[in-house]
Order: sequence, then structure tokens, then C-alpha cells
Amino acid sequence: MPLDAKFDPATHHFRLVGTRPLRPDGYDKVVGRARFGADASAPGMLVGRILRSPHPHARIRAIDTARAAKLPGVKAIVTRDDFKDGDPSLKDVLVNVMARDKALYDGHAVAAVAATSASVARKALKLIRVDYEILPHVTDVDEAMKPGAPILHGDMRTENIEPAPKKASNVASRCEFGHGDPEQGFKQADVVIERRFKTEATHQGYIEPHACLASVGSDGQGELWVCTQGHYMVRNTCAALVGMDVSKLRVTASEIGGGFGGKTTVFIEPVALALSRKAGKPVKLVMSREEVFRASGPTSSASMTVKIGVTRHGRITGAHADIRFQGGAFAGSPIELGAMSAFACYDLEHVKAVGWDVVTNRPKQAAYRAPGAPMVAFAVESVLDELAHKIGMDPVELRLKNTAKEGTRSSYGPKYNRIGLAACLEAARRHPHYEAPLGPNQGRGIAAGFWFNFGGQTCVSLNVNIDGTVALAVGTPDIGGSRASMCMMAAEELGIEYDKVRAIVADTSSLGYNDISEGSRVTFSTGLATIAAARDAIGKLCARAAKIWGIAPEAVVWENGRARPAGPNAGDFAPLSLAEIAKTAAKTGGPIAGHHEVNADGAGVSFAVHLCDAEVDPETGRVTIKRYTVVQDAGKAIHPSYVEGQFQGGAAQGIGWALNEEYVYGRDGRLQNPGFLDYRIPVASDLPMIDTVIVEVPNPGHPYGVRGVGETSIVPPLAAIDKAKAGKKRR
Amino acid sequence: MVRVTTRINGDEVTFVCEPDETLLDVLRDRLNLTGAKEGCGTGDCGACSVTLDGRVVCSCLVLGAEAEGRQVGTVEGIARNGKLHPLQEKFLEFAALQCGVCTPGFLVAAKALLERNPDPTEAEIRFGLAGNLCRCTGYDKIVRAVQAAAAAMRKG
Repeated sequence: MPLDAKFDPATHHFRLVGTRPLRPDGYDKVVGRARFGADASAPGMLVGRILRSPHPHARIRAIDTARAAKLPGVKAIVTRDDFKDGDPSLKDVLVNVMARDKALYDGHAVAAVAATSASVARKALKLIRVDYEILPHVTDVDEAMKPGAPILHGDMRTENIEPAPKKASNVASRCEFGHGDPEQGFKQADVVIERRFKTEATHQGYIEPHACLASVGSDGQGELWVCTQGHYMVRNTCAALVGMDVSKLRVTASEIGGGFGGKTTVFIEPVALALSRKAGKPVKLVMSREEVFRASGPTSSASMTVKIGVTRHGRITGAHADIRFQGGAFAGSPIELGAMSAFACYDLEHVKAVGWDVVTNRPKQAAYRAPGAPMVAFAVESVLDELAHKIGMDPVELRLKNTAKEGTRSSYGPKYNRIGLAACLEAARRHPHYEAPLGPNQGRGIAAGFWFNFGGQTCVSLNVNIDGTVALAVGTPDIGGSRASMCMMAAEELGIEYDKVRAIVADTSSLGYNDISEGSRVTFSTGLATIAAARDAIGKLCARAAKIWGIAPEAVVWENGRARPAGPNAGDFAPLSLAEIAKTAAKTGGPIAGHHEVNADGAGVSFAVHLCDAEVDPETGRVTIKRYTVVQDAGKAIHPSYVEGQFQGGAAQGIGWALNEEYVYGRDGRLQNPGFLDYRIPVASDLPMIDTVIVEVPNPGHPYGVRGVGETSIVPPLAAIDKAKAGKKRR
Repeated sequence: MVRVTTRINGDEVTFVCEPDETLLDVLRDRLNLTGAKEGCGTGDCGACSVTLDGRVVCSCLVLGAEAEGRQVGTVEGIARNGKLHPLQEKFLEFAALQCGVCTPGFLVAAKALLERNPDPTEAEIRFGLAGNLCRCTGYDKIVRAVQAAAAAMRKG
């Protein structure tokens, strides 16, 4: 359902969209009543705990659970023998959930117990004997690519290279995107710069550890309460991994305490289900923070080489990137997204990005906010900054001279529709921050960023209640206030007050399939489906009014929350409100509901420009962020406070990544900092206020022009901060 | 097992717990007060913040047995008779929460901060709340909400 050509969201007077009402789930969250993953319990519930490998790479010769099983209070133990091979497309997920022949990283699950208390479960883990044959390991991406590196998977042959390799390696695949011939482009350049970069893995760092409560009966039916970004994904994946019918597993998404992409797969959920089935009792399984760091999915670490050429007038003539991501012990790092996004901000004739997906003895990576893009943007934007300096051009000017715009063929293939990068660059240049004087030891950095945004499968149900209120059921877990936006869009369409609509995240048995809350897709696609469901309901409300008046349904229009005859010829009837039509629904045909099911496309790409001032203490080297401004295209901001919140949150995560977050592996292959004390995410005293500018260039793919905003904001910070702290003052 | 009598949000409560059980586990698992969250279990994130005789502590680092004869304050006790505290109102008004899992700890810590210092500077708020991690907001809206709540409370 695209934007109507006759409808301009920039000039349309919205009644609710663009205002800042209180979120419907807010009260519960400030009084401590909201129920998150670990907040559920069930009668007769057992406590689950997972035994994890202390070795980064080891063959598992045998697992002896006999002594643990005899401990009073132990009700079930599961190991690799309890998870049978099934769907080949889920093999890596299965092996990651429970190690098979080898432990592939420090923290890899090898066994799990369910017991009557946490202390019994802990004791039971100590009684499980695992016979390991320790193997050589590798945790660095460049080391893992070298000939002679320890091999993780004897059957891994690099895909997409000619001729196909005969020998196993840690390189899962190669990918390539672009057009033209960069070598040709470099010949036309006045200045060519090539630089090599490395970035370490970071963790999403959601404050709520993974948690679930599973209950499976001997009748084969099960229920699962879980904090996840996608409970339908959890249902389908778990049903396949533990061998259940999809229809027999009902999954309810709890309130979710942050995800940022890290809760888009399964880790403990199949284990909890297997334990519950074996014990015949509900099992609650909650990760500790150490487990979250060691065994959930951080992002990839990266090694990158970027080469860009420009003329002295600031035209980019050629761009090339060679990008190597390690994504942990399994294929599937976000290398394609990294390579595709590398040069997506620019309009280039000669551009190529080559990517390599590499495995190492680290936990299987999971999506992290704009997966793959921040580190590649760091490399590309850094080289651009250096080029601007070299040719004596303002860095914003250099970007504006090369900015992608409507009709540009993107570096990853498709032509852009209407986009907002130039508008963001102009807005950044106009912002007072851009010209503000800098203090001693301070520098200013600027960088641009891009994210694709996604649509995907979405299903929404909207029920009109007897009193004229509306119940809106969506299937995308609310990770940052999306229920407020959905209520606003439904109320906007229906012409009723915001607080007359109540949105819930329905369980998997109550509503049709929905893709995960990821890819900045929710406000776009669930919003689109909500608007369509409201319009569906309006059609039915109009038909009921027509029936009451005894006129044709086409002769009724919906206006300001009321049905009225379309014109004098239709008849002279007093308008009927939604509440009035709802009250008599039983007499006019029964319940009134609107629905919409869609596989949404047209998500509309999003761009941002960040400005950062940093101060470096000349004695200690400590870097302090003094001022930060995020400028980003939202298409149309439904609830501006939560749009700003996404801008600010992404920037803060980027600041952490740039300054003090990293996975540190020791020579022993073990993670050295699996806790918030040593893996230090920014605290309030580390940051300044984060200023935001919402640019609105409507997305032609959404009825109100919405673009997703969740991810782009983490893309520019790494380069912006690096330039700021390097003290390169704006020229 | 240890038998403990304490006051929680003003009400006398008696519970039994294991000697090595944390106050956080007692609150959550035995008393069904799940407002305090476990984000780390090592005193680094502040999601489990409660007050003990008025002082903010990480309840994951306090034993249940230590609550004997003390006053415990949790997020569930901040609103009184169904009326939200100004901090709770401003957190909602300023969109100072996204996922909301750190919110109980922030509210407990911010309430104690404002009781100590009714007119804190931005820096005092930032350092006063530096023991509480939030991964969603970048703290901007949290700091503004605390500033606004402080102003509202000073007006009375």
C-alpha cells in the first residue's frame, strides 16, 4: 500500500501523527508491573541451567551425566543426544543451541539440567563429566584466513570462488557488489588513498538477559513465554528443532528488555522445551550476564581495506573495498549487508565491494543494529574525510558533491526512489553545531550512514468493541514504543481519540504469522498493515451505516470518525459515529473487525549525518564527547519522541563501540571480559545531551511516508567520533 | 533456611530464605515483587536497585537475610495509592524509557537522588545515575525527565 500520489504527508494536517501522547504500556513500566522474560512463573516450575564448554575448540569424546542424574531434585538432563538432526537449513542453529561432536567456542552449550531449585541445578552441572580432546583454536579474522589456521569445519569449502576449492578452510563464502571498474576510476583521480582498518566485535548489550518459561505436556502440546524480537520465528524454529507441530506450540512474547538484533534467533528456548518435555513440568531458563556475553550473539569483528580516488574538484572517480568479517563458529556473518552498504551513500560510476565470510572459535554472531554497516562505514567515511582534507574541501561539501539521490543506481544494484541524504547533509551544515567554535584539545567529526530498512510479512487484526473502543492486535514485539505509534495510526484513520485504541502484541496462536521485529521494519510494515486494517474496518462500518439507513454502501463515506451519506442524492441522515455503529453491531451483522495481511516491500532506505565534538585529555588520552548531533531522515515521524529516542540510542551505542566496548579474547581463546564491569557500555556520566534533527523526506512506499529509523543511527558514529578525537578541526 | 522479618514499602513482611540467597531473588522469587530486575548479578547495571534504610543498593549484592529489621523500598512502592510519583509521570511524559527494563532501577535511584539533592545540576544527575545502565535511550531523555521531576517537586 504505497503513498497516494495525491497525498503529501509534509503538508497534510494530521490530527495525531506527529504528536507525543503517552505510550499505552508506559504505566506498567514505571510501576514495576510490566512482565519481562524472567518475570513469569508457573506452578511446579523447575529451574534450568546450562553447562558450557570452557574450551574454545575441543572434540567432545563423551558426556557422563550419571552422577548428576542421581542428585535429589534433578528432574531432567539433556545433551546432544536429545536433539536429533532435522531441517538441514537449521543445522547451524541446532549445533549452536547444543554442541554435537565439537565445542566450537568458549561458552558453547554442552548439557543442561532442570532441577527443583537453582542451587540443585548448579550442583548438578558440577557433577556432569565431559571428556574433551582440546584442539587448536583461532579467534582473529585475519589469522583464521591464513593457510595452516586451525580448521573449524572439515567440510567447509569457500563458496562463490572459481575454481571451487578442494581443501577445507575457514572462509565460508565470497560475495561481490558494484558496477563499473574501480581501477579505471582510480586512473582518473588526482588523489587516491588506501587504508586498512580493524574493528572488534561488540555486543548489543541489552539489559535484559535471555529468559524463557517452557511448558510441554505428554500430549505433545506446549507453551513458551519468552523475551524475543520474533515469537513466530521462535515458534517455527523451536517446533522444528524439538520435533513438534507448529500448531501445538503457542509462544507468547513477554515485554522485551532490549534486543537491538540480538534476540532475533534462538539460544535457550529449544533447551527449555526439551527439558520441560523430559521432566513433564514447566522449566524456567534464564541466562546469566556472563552467558549472554559468552554464548549469545555479538556482532562480527572486521578487517577491511578501502581505496577511494577523487579529483581535486571533489568528484569520487573510483571506490573499492575488501571486507573480511568473522561471524563466530558458523557461516552467516552480515558480510553481504556490509559489502552492499559500504558505498550506498554515494553516486558512483566505478565501485566494487568484495566480502569474505569467515568462521572462528567465537560465539555465533547475531544481528546488531544495522548489522555489518557501522564498521564498513567507519572505514569508508574515514578515507573520505582524509581525502577531503587532502584536497582542501569541506567534508560536507565533498559528500554533497557525490551524494546519492533519486534515480541514482546504488552501489548494491537497485535504483533509489526518493531519498533524503542530501537533505540530511544540508540540515547538518545549517545546524548551529556545524559552525560552533571548538575549545582547546577538541576536534569535530562528521560522517554519513545508510541503512536498507525492511518490510516483510505482517498480519494485523483490529476489533471494534461494543463501546466504540478498538482492540488492535499486532504480532511484532514492541522494542521501543511501537504500540504507541500503532494506536496513533489506527486512531488517525478511524477518526477517534488515541486512548480509544489499545494495542497488544498477540501470541502466535491468536494472530497470523509476523516476521521478527528487525530491520527497522515495525513502524513501517506493522504501521502500514494497521492503516490498511483500519481502512478495512471503515469499509465495514460504512456498510453497517448503509444498512441502517437502507442505502447503498457506496453512498456512505467516513469522515472525522463518522459515517455520513456521500452527498444530497444519497439521502438525508444524521452521521453515525463509530461508537453508535458499534453499539448496534449485533443487529446489523455481528462483530466488526478489520484485518490486513501483507508481505510489505517499499520500506524506503534511510540516511543519517552525525556531528561529533570530542575532547582529548593531552595527559591521559581520555576522550570525552562534548557535543553530539544526529540528523536523520524519518520519512514521517509518527511519534517524534520515540524517533528521537532511536536516534539517540543508536548514537550512544556507536559512541560505546568507538570508545570503550570490545570483545577481548585471551591467548587461551577465552573471552576475558564477559561482564558489564569489563565490557563497559556508556553510562550517563560518559555522555552529553544528544541533539536530534528529524528530516522528513516521505517514503513513497508507505501511506504516511514512514521510513524505519531504528538502525541508521548506529552507522555514522564510529567514523564521526574517530575524526573528532583525531582533532581534525573542520576546515 | 533463615527466617527474616523486614518492612517492604512500609509493610511488615516475614519470609524464609536460604542463607546464600540474594535479596533480589527473595523479592522476585519468594515475594513476587518482580519490579527489580537482574541485568547482571554483579552490581554493575543497577537494574535491581532498591533502597535499604533509604540508601540505594544493588539488591543482587545484598543477602535476603540482611534485610532483617530494615526498611526496603522497591519500585512497587514509589506510586502511592495509585498516584504516580512526579518522577514516574515525567519518565512517561519525556519518553525516558524505550524497553523499560532499566526503568525500575532508574526510578529508585533517581528518587533517592532527589531526596538527597532536590535541585541537582545536569552533571550531578548524570553522576548520580551512573550506576544504572540504559542501553536504549542514550540517557538524554532520562536526564531531562529527572530535571523536570525535580522542578515539579520543588514547586510542590
